[in-house]
Amino acid sequence: MLRDLKSSVIAVVVLTLVFGLAIPALFTGFAQLAFPSQADGSLIKVNGEVVGSRLAAQAFTKPQYFLERPSATAPPYNAGATTFANLGPTNPDLAKAVETRAAAILKLERPYNPGLTVHGIPVDAVTTSGSGIDPGISPAYAQLQARRVAAVRHLPLAKVQQLIDDNTDSRSLGFLGEPAVNVLKLNIALDKSQGK
Amino acid sequence: MSGQGISQIIVYAIVLIALSYPLGLYMARVYAPGFRVRWLSGLEHGFYRLVRTDREREQDWKSYSKSVLVFSILFFGVLYALQRLQAHLFLNPDNLPAVPAHIALNTTASFVTNTNWQYYGGEYTMSYLTQMAGLAVQQFVSAGVGMAVLAAVIRGFSRRSSTELGNFWVDLYRSLTYILLPLSLILGLILLSQGVPQTFAGHATAHTLEGAAQTIARGPVALMIAIKQLGTNGGGFYNSNSAVPFENPNGLTNFLEVIAILLIPAAQVFMFGKMVLARRHAWMVFAAMFAVFVLGVAVALPAEQHSSQVLRASGVNITQGHGQSGGNMSDKEVRFGIANTALWATATTDASNGSVNGGHDALTAYGGAVPLVNIFFGEVIFGGVGSGLYGMFFYIVIAVFIAGLMVGRTPEYLGKKIEARQIKYAAIGALFVPTMVLTMTAVAVVTKSGLASIYNPGAHGFTEALYAYTSQSNNNGSAFAGYGATSFSASFGTVALMFGRFAPLIAALALGGSLAGKKTTPVSAGTFRTDGPTFVVLLVGVIILTAGLMIFPALTLGPLVEGLSH
Repeated sequence: MLRDLKSSVIAVVVLTLVFGLAIPALFTGFAQLAFPSQADGSLIKVNGEVVGSRLAAQAFTKPQYFLERPSATAPPYNAGATTFANLGPTNPDLAKAVETRAAAILKLERPYNPGLTVHGIPVDAVTTSGSGIDPGISPAYAQLQARRVAAVRHLPLAKVQQLIDDNTDSRSLGFLGEPAVNVLKLNIALDKSQGK
Repeated sequence: MSGQGISQIIVYAIVLIALSYPLGLYMARVYAPGFRVRWLSGLEHGFYRLVRTDREREQDWKSYSKSVLVFSILFFGVLYALQRLQAHLFLNPDNLPAVPAHIALNTTASFVTNTNWQYYGGEYTMSYLTQMAGLAVQQFVSAGVGMAVLAAVIRGFSRRSSTELGNFWVDLYRSLTYILLPLSLILGLILLSQGVPQTFAGHATAHTLEGAAQTIARGPVALMIAIKQLGTNGGGFYNSNSAVPFENPNGLTNFLEVIAILLIPAAQVFMFGKMVLARRHAWMVFAAMFAVFVLGVAVALPAEQHSSQVLRASGVNITQGHGQSGGNMSDKEVRFGIANTALWATATTDASNGSVNGGHDALTAYGGAVPLVNIFFGEVIFGGVGSGLYGMFFYIVIAVFIAGLMVGRTPEYLGKKIEARQIKYAAIGALFVPTMVLTMTAVAVVTKSGLASIYNPGAHGFTEALYAYTSQSNNNGSAFAGYGATSFSASFGTVALMFGRFAPLIAALALGGSLAGKKTTPVSAGTFRTDGPTFVVLLVGVIILTAGLMIFPALTLGPLVEGLSH
């Protein structure tokens, strides 16, 4: 027993130093040299100022912007405290939340999409994401918002749709995952296209 | 379900087999006595000198268990201390305070036992030092311990007239440096290149397009995520685990991370086949595991695509196609969609990984039943690194025993007679944890302090409690995450974590030890063949009968009631 204890004490110290400090420190050093942007969180700068990350949704409320998916974090889109909503498939609170979100979308988009009903709203638009900072929306949801954004910005619809395509992350290697429109990048591209 | 989703899953299966087979053969060499990497042998000998072990000196099962226990308990102390003292230590750029005592205790037990249950949100609870030198070290070490124990148990099957199973320190060192570390570095680099952060700088602050301030958590993430996936650990850097884009940025990283979940456990089946010189038998074990894995995906995927009652009733468009993956997108990420999230939920619970790329609490009734049942089976469908296959041995021994009863012969496995003692160890190994799960769940749903943790109403709330104790007892770590941390649930969970890890571990070593000394009997006409399809059917049947029947009553109270309601 004493023998085990001695061996264990030494092993715990050695393994913590090597696997907990030395290797991660070397790995971090290499990361900072080889992939500095990714290693620091894929931050996006506009005019020298950090405006967000390619990998995190942020709050959009103005009608000239594409909106993100709902978020369960507090406050919404908190990239410092990610969380699920954890509402079960039969939870009445989920039903209420979905109904409220659908109504808000109808109110916002219907003036630009006459005849839009709840059946026209893609499911990702009314459900929280897993992280609360899902940077992507489905191409279907982007298409739904395109008319509003084009109208509010006085841009041709085709131009907005072109920017959607430019900022859609397609499946990795052509078949892994699902296509997603990066909302932050799209909104930055929209601002840029109008010289902002 | 689309062809696109299914083809991703088929590619997954092919890549998994293509990678795990050669890895398994390599691993069998790593654990052989003569294994040597010349340019690294100086380091290896240095480690043995430091821990004062003679690599030629082997241990019997009792001595091996003792080394495992003493080593694990010591690490327990270090990890607990790190969490409690992190405010006064370095690498804490965001000045996080000490972790509360009951959370720290549960987290310590959780990581030492390879579980990685998270009653905390990593990015706002744990300092970089705690994540890196505490939690991530345990992700390497607890995986290494499981792999070492498996190697020892397998030697019990392959040796004759010996009571020794190997040297714990040698097995541990080799698992860590020749298997886990190189794989983690490779995966870590790929993840990093795709956008998983690796920095010591504190959180970033962004000024958003609409003029608000946004906090963006980052840190030494990439390497931790690699070992989290490879070592069937599952404890993420962030609260929402691999659903967070910083842990899992795109379809490629998602594919590699879900491959990593099953890679080593699947390889260990082939490693076992080589070590006991029974490759055909190993393929049959693989086939049995694979069959249950496919069954899980085949239930979970359509259930999630069919969506939840609430979403179906809401009238929104849940149909796949035309620019969306549809289905139950609650707590799921757009870039993964339904197919990849259902695949992940199945794989992470076949193994004892427990990482998630979407919220399990929001899964549909049947979609959520799959992970629950998978874990309840003891995570033997590939299973945890080490613990999966040694858990499977319990079922194999029982299967062989039942076959022996049917033909009226003394059962044999790999040429060794299976007698009363082995059956006892196997029965303890197979039944101890399920019994504990049901008892603890019962306590948790009838006591006031237990009920306080439940978040969702109705049958789903019961499933949350059942899932919590199933997951912790079986060292999975995934959660119906609405189930909240109270001092009761955290302490109760700690008990589940510790007994759930070490009772089967010791039973497995005892089983291996009791077989090591037995002479091999030659195969005769009466020997039940374990290298054919009959064995596969029998093994799957035994798993479903032993564990499946135990959980069925509880399953009816939770997911079945919920699935049948509107």
